[in-house]
Amino acid sequence: MSEGIGARVTRKEDKRFITGHGRYTDDIVEQNQTYAAFVRSPHAHAEILSIDRDAAKAMPGVIDVLDGKQLTGDGIGNIICGWTVNSKDGTPMAMGAWSALATQYVRYVGDAVVIVVAETQDQAREAAEAVVIDYKELPAVVSAVEALQDGAPQLHPEAPNNQIFDWEIGDEAPTDEAIAGAAHVVEMDFTNNRLSPNPMEPRSAIATYNAIEEHYTLYTTSQNPHVARLILSAFYQVAPEHKLRVIAPDVGGGFGSKIYVYPEEIACLWASMKTNGSVKWTSDRTEAFLTDAHGRDHVSTAKIGFDKDYKIVGLKVDTIANLGAYMSLFSSATPTYLYATLLSGQYNIANIHANVCTVYTNTVPVDAYRGAGRPEASFLIERLIETSARQLGISPVELRRKNFVTEFPHQTPVIMAYDTGDFEAHLSDAMKAADWDGIAARKAEAESRGKLRGIGMSCYIEACGIAPSAAVGSLGAGVGLWESAEVRVNPVGTIEILTGSHSHGQGHETTFAQLVCDRFGLPIDNVQVIHGDTDKVQFGMGTYGSRSGAVGMSAIAKALDKVEAKAKKIAAHLMEADEGDIVIENGEVKVAGTDKVLGWHEVCLAAYMAHNLPEGMEPGLKEGAFYDPANFTFPSGTYICEVEVDPETGTTDIVQFTAVDDFGVIINPMIVEGQVHGGLAQGIGQAMLEHAIYDDNGQLLTASYMDYCMPRADNLPSFTIGHTTTACPSNPLGIKGCGEAGAIGSPPAIINAITDAIGNNNLSMPATPQKVWAAYNAASTKQAAE
Amino acid sequence: MYETKYHKAGSLDNATSLMGSADDGKYLGGGMTLIPTMKQRLAAPSDLVDLGGIADLQGISTDGSTLTIGAGVTHAEVAGSSDVQGAIPALAALASHIGDPHVRNCGTLGGSIANNDPAADYPAAVLALGATIKTNSREITAGDFFNGMFETSLSDDEIIVSVSFPIPEKAGYAKFPNPASRYAMAGVFAASTSDGPRVAVTGAGQDGVYREDAMEAALSADWSPAAASGVDVSADDLMSDIHGTSDYRANLVKVMAGRAVEAAG
Repeated sequence: MSEGIGARVTRKEDKRFITGHGRYTDDIVEQNQTYAAFVRSPHAHAEILSIDRDAAKAMPGVIDVLDGKQLTGDGIGNIICGWTVNSKDGTPMAMGAWSALATQYVRYVGDAVVIVVAETQDQAREAAEAVVIDYKELPAVVSAVEALQDGAPQLHPEAPNNQIFDWEIGDEAPTDEAIAGAAHVVEMDFTNNRLSPNPMEPRSAIATYNAIEEHYTLYTTSQNPHVARLILSAFYQVAPEHKLRVIAPDVGGGFGSKIYVYPEEIACLWASMKTNGSVKWTSDRTEAFLTDAHGRDHVSTAKIGFDKDYKIVGLKVDTIANLGAYMSLFSSATPTYLYATLLSGQYNIANIHANVCTVYTNTVPVDAYRGAGRPEASFLIERLIETSARQLGISPVELRRKNFVTEFPHQTPVIMAYDTGDFEAHLSDAMKAADWDGIAARKAEAESRGKLRGIGMSCYIEACGIAPSAAVGSLGAGVGLWESAEVRVNPVGTIEILTGSHSHGQGHETTFAQLVCDRFGLPIDNVQVIHGDTDKVQFGMGTYGSRSGAVGMSAIAKALDKVEAKAKKIAAHLMEADEGDIVIENGEVKVAGTDKVLGWHEVCLAAYMAHNLPEGMEPGLKEGAFYDPANFTFPSGTYICEVEVDPETGTTDIVQFTAVDDFGVIINPMIVEGQVHGGLAQGIGQAMLEHAIYDDNGQLLTASYMDYCMPRADNLPSFTIGHTTTACPSNPLGIKGCGEAGAIGSPPAIINAITDAIGNNNLSMPATPQKVWAAYNAASTKQAAE
Repeated sequence: MYETKYHKAGSLDNATSLMGSADDGKYLGGGMTLIPTMKQRLAAPSDLVDLGGIADLQGISTDGSTLTIGAGVTHAEVAGSSDVQGAIPALAALASHIGDPHVRNCGTLGGSIANNDPAADYPAAVLALGATIKTNSREITAGDFFNGMFETSLSDDEIIVSVSFPIPEKAGYAKFPNPASRYAMAGVFAASTSDGPRVAVTGAGQDGVYREDAMEAALSADWSPAAASGVDVSADDLMSDIHGTSDYRANLVKVMAGRAVEAAG
């Protein structure tokens, strides 16, 4: 079937996106729309002495000016972290109080203090500038390492020494023993740079209160509107769930940053009730830099031991993770269960121990960002393996091969049980595609042009579709991680799929429809995918962690099973055949081995006419399913990067990038390639360009595109992409997930390549021209001295 | 953006009189710096006097020894002009790499040098070529025009009409763009003129565009890329920021100087 599983169907949703007809939150204007602006802290750390709202209230068009004492006075609850991670000694994580509007202290530049509601956006902004807040500035700390030191400024009384938790995984004593007895030990320090997420569409919210119905509607840029509703209702007491409708319409990218419920949505909902109207807020780009949850920001040390045959005997990791000023929704899980559980990489390592200490600093909260923990793990293990190979004088390919996991399932010492994979398959495919063995000649040719050529690889593994719910619950998750779907067959045979997944660029309207085409042989135009509205869709956990394919589509497949079974029963009854002989294909329902046939639409109509159904069968053809996966899925792959460095300036060109991934079964190769391209662009961004930098006073220096370097087309090569396939055994479709792999696997390959080119392994991300130039010169100077 | 009054001037006199009656007015060239600054609420002029409709600011002409470009001519027009390409190809090349297509189709020569951004490209060419800036009231030499970061010798109501570039024997421009903003982190314009070699540097100096005297001397003895890049450049007066230390910029000045001379031929 040309539009079924495996077909390169062009994206249904692109017609509206490409022609400018997408409908994003900011495109929506409610009746009597009013606008909000936030007064934000200019200080990284300060005590609020007084707030004078009078002048602002008197400004033209101003409806109300509201502060945090009013908000908490109305019983609006504090923002919470939804995943409990305790310290290794059993101490609960130290969650500092976070009110949507600060009441007593501000803890990062951009912390919201006052919401102004006015008739126009300009009036709201001008009135916001007229609010007078008297602050007593306090010392600030932005580095997680410094925040842990004696005498550091203290952020939350709940968290002495700014420590949130000190957590561990794996067994320390056997790991220490294994490394102590190792033939070779390699140690290394790592910094994983802090990133701004930068979705193209900034965050936006429209909250509307209907006083007659005591009902709220929230349009918001969310990756998971049902989760947002649940949290807004259960924890923030904004409104009971049945009186709150949350709609996430077209959303222009999220990358994790739109998972969380932010102060602005809470304040807008509350302000809509206070002003008895509709309040709209749209972030500008500066606010996005200041207030969207950042990603990564780890400092780690690692030690790896090998036996005399270069088999890994133990890995020990110590990480300090900066979580910013407050604990964001999944901030505790990202540097623990999504990070340290992947430290085994593609390797058979009997002993692993990781310690993770999380810390408050006077910076915007840090949470999941494309890859969420797994890029930090893959960077650490893949840089460490490469470095070990260089130090031990063994080929990096050989070292990896010696240690690959080759038998599945494979239980790692850090929770994860890899279900399937073939690491050698993508390694050899990638090496062939990248002409790994021909690098010497290319290096020599580049040298003749005065350029330094280098090559590096990364063999990543990651985990998608966090699950099952019972397991993540036992690890502290505050939600289940299943997904729901409803397949609604209309009397004319067209089909609506209601999914709890949320598409914000992933192309679900196409790929999800392809499942139906594949199942019944219907044209893709006969299928509509509906998502993002809590009034329409039964429930859903949303889209993050590359879960929509493995989990969301599996739920659809389960609902399709039920629809198919019922349709077959009806058809068997109508055609007086045995149910087991009914076959549905090409939009027809046939009795196998006969010429008996009904159109799909005839069976559907019969279900709704209900004139002639099997005895006792309910009319209609609509089925729902909740799918809770049995395990994570484990995409893996080999990425090879080849670079050319200009030694005079440090400019690095990626001349070739090869990515061979095992994503399991692929529904739409074109969309998967797009996901890989985007992930690689963000991985290249992290490795070479992007860095969110605060100065020592907690001012964000990279608060615009003049200083925050986004990847652009000319930073990217034409990618060489390939696939190998081992089907995921734990879900009905065999899907693993592809949304984050590019960002997870690429940074170590890039840094391995650049360090190979310049002959200096000491290079941190982002590898800017200045850093590459300095590292190259340091290496040359050292070489000259020797 | 704060509220502002927009005026479109039809002539130079009209523009100065509109400015005279404004509280806190600003002339608007292509708006590629001023408009974003206003949108970020960092500038709040009471009035904007748009110079885009003034015919006197348009046009490119050459008399064989001098190339004159109207202050209102866009970067794209300079880049695409056969007069510029014929007289000073390095200037056309420079204009073709300013910003992005949007900037090049809106931004103007006059707007760029009046703003005197320390990382803008044009100031390097204007200074290295020893151009003369003609305003509605006088003529100013390039050496007298640029007075440090974002500062020029223009008075508040003065309008640049055109810039006259003496046509050099040969010239070249090379810049190392800031990876984020793509402004110059070091841009070097090298020209071989009737007064000898002139080398101007943008993007690197703490006080904006400046002439690199030692390089001019070296090139005067030996016009070659190696002579330019072999000169010691002190990092003392160079900018240092999150994108590049002054040492790195000093290196870039040398490397870009060599490449500028190479481009000049």
